[in-house]
Amino acid sequence: MTDVGRHPRIKLLTLSEVVDVKGYVGNFDVKIIKRAKYVDETACTACGECAKVCPVVRPDEFNMGLASRKAIYSPFPQAVPSSYLINIKECLGHNPAVCSKCIEVCDKKCINFHMSDEEIVEHVGSIIVATGLKPYDPTELDEYGYTRFENVLTSLEFERLVNAGGPSQGSLVRPTDRTHPKSVGFIQCVGSRSSRKGGEYCSNICCMNTIKSTLVLKEHYPDMEVKVFYIDIRAFGKGFEELYTRSRKLGVQFIRGLPGSVEETENKSLRIAVENSATSSLEFHELEMLVLAQGMQPAPSTQRLQEMMGLQLTPDGFYLEAHPKLQPVDAATRGIFYAGCAEGPKDIKESVTQASAAAVRAIRLMHKGEITTEPITAEVITEKCTSCGICGQVCPYNAITVDRKNKQPAVVNSAACAGCGTCSAECRFDAISMNHYTDQQIIGQVDAMLEKAADSKILVFACNWCSYAGADYAGVSRLQYPANAHLVRVMCSGRVDEKFIWEGFRQGAPVVLVSGCHIGDCHYIDANHWTEKRVNRIRKKMSKLGIRPERLQLEWISAAEGIRFAEKMKEMEAIRQTVTGQEIAETIELLTNI
Amino acid sequence: MTTSNVPKKSSGNENNARIGVYVCHCGLNIAQSVNCKQVAEGAADTDGVVLSKDIPYACSEPGQQQIKQDILDNGLDRVVIASCSPRLHEPTFKQMVQSVGLNPYMMEMANLREQCSWVHMNDIDNATRKAETLVDMAISRARHLQPLNEETLPLTKKTLIIGGGVAGIQAALDLADSGYDVTLVEKQPSIGGIMAQLDKTFPTMDCSI
Repeated sequence: MTDVGRHPRIKLLTLSEVVDVKGYVGNFDVKIIKRAKYVDETACTACGECAKVCPVVRPDEFNMGLASRKAIYSPFPQAVPSSYLINIKECLGHNPAVCSKCIEVCDKKCINFHMSDEEIVEHVGSIIVATGLKPYDPTELDEYGYTRFENVLTSLEFERLVNAGGPSQGSLVRPTDRTHPKSVGFIQCVGSRSSRKGGEYCSNICCMNTIKSTLVLKEHYPDMEVKVFYIDIRAFGKGFEELYTRSRKLGVQFIRGLPGSVEETENKSLRIAVENSATSSLEFHELEMLVLAQGMQPAPSTQRLQEMMGLQLTPDGFYLEAHPKLQPVDAATRGIFYAGCAEGPKDIKESVTQASAAAVRAIRLMHKGEITTEPITAEVITEKCTSCGICGQVCPYNAITVDRKNKQPAVVNSAACAGCGTCSAECRFDAISMNHYTDQQIIGQVDAMLEKAADSKILVFACNWCSYAGADYAGVSRLQYPANAHLVRVMCSGRVDEKFIWEGFRQGAPVVLVSGCHIGDCHYIDANHWTEKRVNRIRKKMSKLGIRPERLQLEWISAAEGIRFAEKMKEMEAIRQTVTGQEIAETIELLTNI
Repeated sequence: MTTSNVPKKSSGNENNARIGVYVCHCGLNIAQSVNCKQVAEGAADTDGVVLSKDIPYACSEPGQQQIKQDILDNGLDRVVIASCSPRLHEPTFKQMVQSVGLNPYMMEMANLREQCSWVHMNDIDNATRKAETLVDMAISRARHLQPLNEETLPLTKKTLIIGGGVAGIQAALDLADSGYDVTLVEKQPSIGGIMAQLDKTFPTMDCSI
């Protein structure tokens, strides 16, 4: 930690948040808000005189509220940076009539109430997302009595109590009477592996963390009775099984079964009822302290950052990697990498490993000092352009300028163009061609698909980043669906031009599906809004023409939603079966005569 | 291998394309549910296709060698690889065609694995029929492909790391020690994250800070 604080190449911004990310690989512009600490970080020597005189006492977050701190405080003794800060919401202020005690005692004059939040803009080539996790809050799992009984603790609270730097100097005491408990129980999978509350996934670290805690207890208090209630013990890593064996040899009891209820006894101990599935019997255990092995959840900032950077999430809410095996630290967005629990629950060793991998992936990208970009960009066919300006309005990147006054053809800034193709799809004059996804190329695919036995087929347009990847995920998961679904890949659903859909129906397609990223997850900021508008518009036209609008479907499918993709294909097939040969023939005739 | 000079199925080859089609078995991954030989033979008659083959592993060294040799021997100007998802091997095959002088954007893929053989297992007739259509679609698209050139843009040799827990710290140090500038942003007043709150850590049972 201290290495980070003094490294000449690391600019450390604490109490800071990323509020905006713009740009693209190699050239991201990041806006950061650095909140005011009201103490000069560089001048403060962390002497602590200020905190001594501060009259405001508040629960200490670092010690999970088991100790207190002042309104001016250092987060913890080894903090980096070590300087103090003021929680301005708690502070009584600098009016000498009210308080201002800290200002008076600070010899170095570090305290400055006129500081304000700073906005910092950083220009970077790559981004590593290492936003970590949120420990599961067991409040909702009330059968374990966390909110009702004081001697029921979370694993993180327990961690602070056995820590030599913690509120009890490492001596394990019960919150109710400050005595050493003679018996301690651990309940596993709190907020993990449950379809009811918390996550359905395994949080990965809780088994080993509990085993570690039992060893710590047995080391300090060899006579203590220690019991662990579990579903499975997952000791899969290097050196893990040895620790588990050691724990059992030291007399820790592992009881297979999660408690059904927890009650408090008169002396504030906990009486728990558990069905021991190893012996198939109902057991009661009385323990003086109970520790809940809380699972991991995605950090609260995950969704905000995901939307800001156009990233994808798994159904569990963690960040989705570009490929689960082959690109486990890359985001689908080029130039963005994941490290640590942001990508999924993992222990320290795995977090460190992934962090080093992410660093190397970033170096691999940056070391040449230049970046090659795909030439999949829009091009204006100047002789067809009427300078109507629609393309400029729909472009999510403001990459198109149109001089409407002077009737000059639209101009595409190819460095800013990300290649979604929305402009090309919205242009009514066919005046924008999308490189590598031209009208001709896509219509060629549609026609080839429908050349034979069109009435038996399902035409699907899928965006590269979410829906096409979701279809791949269905494949990787071996989810079976009807074999008549055929995908046409586009970079973004925004590229799906009205004429592609009409062409599909004209060539005899019974049903057409347009699929893209969920609203808010679009890889091209908000290009899929235009997809939605367009599909609704076409549906209305279909109704007017007497074509059943259900034959055109729109579905948002993310890269992680293989199941959703397979289900949608089955649904499409069910709709297809309702479309008669006569209906198709009528549609073909209608559209051919327009 | 089927080389064909017989009349073509459909027209539309205004670019006078010379296409090579490769239907990959991917071991049994594709070949188990798709009759690859039949798909390759079916594609041979398509307009613009100069040669069409099935191949055990297109991505393997011998597979790539064979395709590259064919491009040179037959003057192919575009290639269709019917194999796995382009999200996996598109860069591989782009590089392959580039190494023998073709523009990388003159390569098209048909996804016969993730979107055909793996999702229509044990349905060899329908999976093969779908594979044939997917290859036809790719050929049709390939006929209209245009060479494109990548653009080189400047890059900032600097990394933003969001989060100063153990992962963010490790990544920051690795990058900074390698000579790259790093901005490390942490929401809390100190770096350290959850790990700083821990007492001992498994499996070594040493202290966390």
